[in-house]
Amino acid sequence: MRLSRRIWGKVVHVLVITVFTVLLAFPFYWMVITSFKQNVDLYTMENNPFVFNAKPTLDHLKFLFTETRFVRWLANTTFVGIVVVAITLVLAVPAAYSLARLSGRWGERLGIAIFLTYLVPQTLLFIPLSRVVAYLGLQDSLWALILVYPSFTVPFSIWLLMGFFKSIPKELEDAAMVDGLTRFGAFAKMVIPISTSGILTVVIFTFTLVTQEFVYALTFISSESNQMIGTGIPIFLVRGDVYYWGALMAACLIASLPIAFLYNLFLDRFIAGFTVGAVK
Amino acid sequence: MAIGRAKIKSVGAAQSPLLGAAMFTPAVLYILLLVAGPFFLAIFYAFSDARIGNTEMHYVGLENFRSILKSPSFRIAIRNSFIFTICSQIVVIVGANILAIALEKTFRGRGFIRFLILLPWVAPIALGAIGWKWILDSIYSVISWVLVALHFYKPFNAPMWLGEPHLAIASVLLVHSWRLMPFSTVILLAGRTAIPKDIPEAAAVDGAGFWRTQFQIIIPMMRPILSVAVLFGLIFTFTDMTVVYILTAGGPFDSTQTLPSLAFAMGIQGSDLAAGAAISLFLVPLLIIIAYFMLRVAHRAEVN
Amino acid sequence: MAVVETRSLTKVFKEGELGAVNSVNLETREGEFLVFLGPSGSGKTTLLRMIAGLETPTSGEILIGGRVVNELSPRDRRIAMVFQSYALYPHLSVYKNIAFPLKAQKVKKDLHKQKVEWAASLLGIGALLDRKPRELSGGERQRVALARAIVREPAVFLLDEPLSNLDAKLRASAREELERFHRRVGTTTIYVTHDQVEAMAMGDRVLVLNKGVVHQLGTPTEVYDNPADTFVATFLGSPPMNLAELSDVIVGFRPEHFRPVSSVNGEAVAFRFKVENIEYLGSEWIVSGTPASGKLGGQKVFSRLNSAQDLSLGGTYDFAVPQRELKFFDRSTEKRVEPKVVSWQ
Ligand SMILES: Nc1ncnc2c1ncn2[C@@H]1O[C@H](COP(=O)(O)OP(=O)(O)OP(=O)(O)O)[C@@H](O)[C@H]1O
Ligand SMILES: [Mg+2]
Repeated sequence: MRLSRRIWGKVVHVLVITVFTVLLAFPFYWMVITSFKQNVDLYTMENNPFVFNAKPTLDHLKFLFTETRFVRWLANTTFVGIVVVAITLVLAVPAAYSLARLSGRWGERLGIAIFLTYLVPQTLLFIPLSRVVAYLGLQDSLWALILVYPSFTVPFSIWLLMGFFKSIPKELEDAAMVDGLTRFGAFAKMVIPISTSGILTVVIFTFTLVTQEFVYALTFISSESNQMIGTGIPIFLVRGDVYYWGALMAACLIASLPIAFLYNLFLDRFIAGFTVGAVK
Repeated sequence: MAIGRAKIKSVGAAQSPLLGAAMFTPAVLYILLLVAGPFFLAIFYAFSDARIGNTEMHYVGLENFRSILKSPSFRIAIRNSFIFTICSQIVVIVGANILAIALEKTFRGRGFIRFLILLPWVAPIALGAIGWKWILDSIYSVISWVLVALHFYKPFNAPMWLGEPHLAIASVLLVHSWRLMPFSTVILLAGRTAIPKDIPEAAAVDGAGFWRTQFQIIIPMMRPILSVAVLFGLIFTFTDMTVVYILTAGGPFDSTQTLPSLAFAMGIQGSDLAAGAAISLFLVPLLIIIAYFMLRVAHRAEVN
Repeated sequence: MAVVETRSLTKVFKEGELGAVNSVNLETREGEFLVFLGPSGSGKTTLLRMIAGLETPTSGEILIGGRVVNELSPRDRRIAMVFQSYALYPHLSVYKNIAFPLKAQKVKKDLHKQKVEWAASLLGIGALLDRKPRELSGGERQRVALARAIVREPAVFLLDEPLSNLDAKLRASAREELERFHRRVGTTTIYVTHDQVEAMAMGDRVLVLNKGVVHQLGTPTEVYDNPADTFVATFLGSPPMNLAELSDVIVGFRPEHFRPVSSVNGEAVAFRFKVENIEYLGSEWIVSGTPASGKLGGQKVFSRLNSAQDLSLGGTYDFAVPQRELKFFDRSTEKRVEPKVVSWQ
């Protein structure tokens, strides 16, 4: 009797996992299929859409890389990502350390306050910021994004790093100072080198946030050549009312997978940041 | 001796308020300038007649709010914002709990399955939404194809998923749930793994079956983590405009408009900054409530 | 009919590896307090968890009340278990913790209050019923865990090192309380520990385990005075039994039987003993050193004495062991054998 229950349990388990995986991953599977189908295949309604009715093709990829600004968008995104990562590190690393170690109970409170600013959404700020950007003469410039993106990457990074710095034993710094380093020296020469994995987490997280952002890029950037991938693909791969579905799906896939992969590698740390200490 | 001890203590305690302030001030200033600053600007604009392309503006009192509250599309937007947020949260929490239970057990290939399951969350949402737009296409929708193949509909007669108000609302809801499910799942999974293994074992020995263990022991124990998942989920959905913008751009006939997408439509596309700012301010009350509960969770976690 | 019985019970976690529990046969006696004793990793917890139904045996049978329960889930085995961490439900009050098994077993609602109060008063925690587990001390938590275990009147109690989380002082009093509790309820109890003092003090019988194999099952005096093999002989007692390899046997004797010749009566084996270390432990002295000659020459030997004031470091003295206190073990199997005549020279 127990045996049959156990078999049932297994069946249900496999079933649940399969159903959810299919539901959640289906659009990406669909991107793969679409990317390699010829147009005649895609746009013939009688065809079974789950299989290749005509030979697979690389035409969409060729089109994407030669006829569109896709590569340019990738480059833009990478450029903005790298600069924002740099700014975020410069601002967040010292701040997080200070709040975790140098500022006592006050630091903890300020840290939570900063974390709460992460909850202030882009959709609340994009209207006034569009004026600020115009005022600074940064319309349609990637520098507008570089200016505003740290406003949401810095708070979360500070929060992540605070948790990380708190987990370093205090004795290490005490020892460094007893050995003759200054307070700041202990941070720069002792704490930073042993925090590389925490800092790497912030780098990845910041970069993925930049690639995922949509509202600011949509609001501040107008010309085709200055788009980020998140806006360029959905808006400029559509000419008038014509959707180049094959190329669109290929672009989505190419842009999503590396980001998804990186994010996945560091997932546990991001989760630790999101759980606000509610998991010990 | 006493002096020596005092000295060591001042080094060892290692708090250094001045240096500390110097290290966090740049970040705090940046955040104040780019978060608090625009926030107050938004309030300011909401009481003005600011327009794109016009540097002059005047105080107009509550005029913007009055005209917004009269507009039917605003009422639809606020209704949709709540429908999308609440309904998708219900779907997500139920689904994520089930999925987290299933993923808790180790099995072969779990890492890969986790990667697949996470895709909707980790891939840029604009791109995921485009994927759905293709799946829900008016003519070539794979869903329609399947329904036709199963003889639920005649060819060319399948519903326009994004073209009819009710179906469009359902579609947006679907995509929001799809996007958030992985996030809540991994948060709940973290909560589950943090529960010592002997708690469910004790429950088993005490005579509790699977459901009783889940509903009376495990899920109540995960309450803090569950609230974290729900609070973030509410925020992410309530303030999102990407999904709606890409799937339907608020249409058909403003039927899927939400507060953020309407703010964009009026404020940026319609050049009426003041109206847009006023609409987006309606996000604030819920944000404050969520921030309050978030603080409570953080405080509880600190106490225990 | 034994309350708990196992037949060639075996658990292998990874195929090809040695079993965590190997072919264990045991049978509890009605109402007894049986202790599983063994070093860390010897398989005590695994054995207990198989009896509880939390671990599936690789082979062998488990019987509770004469019925094979291998296929039954824990809830159907009429057992109660106290975990090392106590595993109290942190979000439930003490009252609800104790009532949980009643609810889970669908005991009639109107009986809950009466039963919880009975269990709580038995353990003297009647005043704590409204508190949450985190508001309790270690000792109080243990009592709540026991109350939760007793409340549904199980056929057998399983306890896995329930005292190891307590500090030394509390542990002594908690141990006493546990014994009193067992005498009062009289339920068959299996108790896991790696602490031999606990095992000797509490057990009606002790099961000595090592590497998943049962080395001996007997009363505390049996396992101490008549160890079945050299493992039991050296695992019990501190310092352990002195062992000497003499031709084809191993001869052992307890430190307390190795004394100055003047205090040994009757037939005895005598050595010249060079004292190398003396430890004062309050009520007794531990003296160690090496016999100066013979087969034991150069090997470290311990002696436990009431007084070592006459001895000095580096001195050589005449020590002896009464003949009847010598234990003999086979050299290859290391099992206990009949006394023999051996040559010490
Ligand atoms: N789930 C498991 N998977 C693999 N090996 C295990 C598992 N549980 C226990 N073992 C192994 O089985 C052996 C016996 O473990 P067990 O926990 O029963 O020892 P123990 O006697 O209770 O030790 P301790 O006194 O440290 O609690 C050990 O070698 C252990 O590493
Ligand atoms: Mg153990």
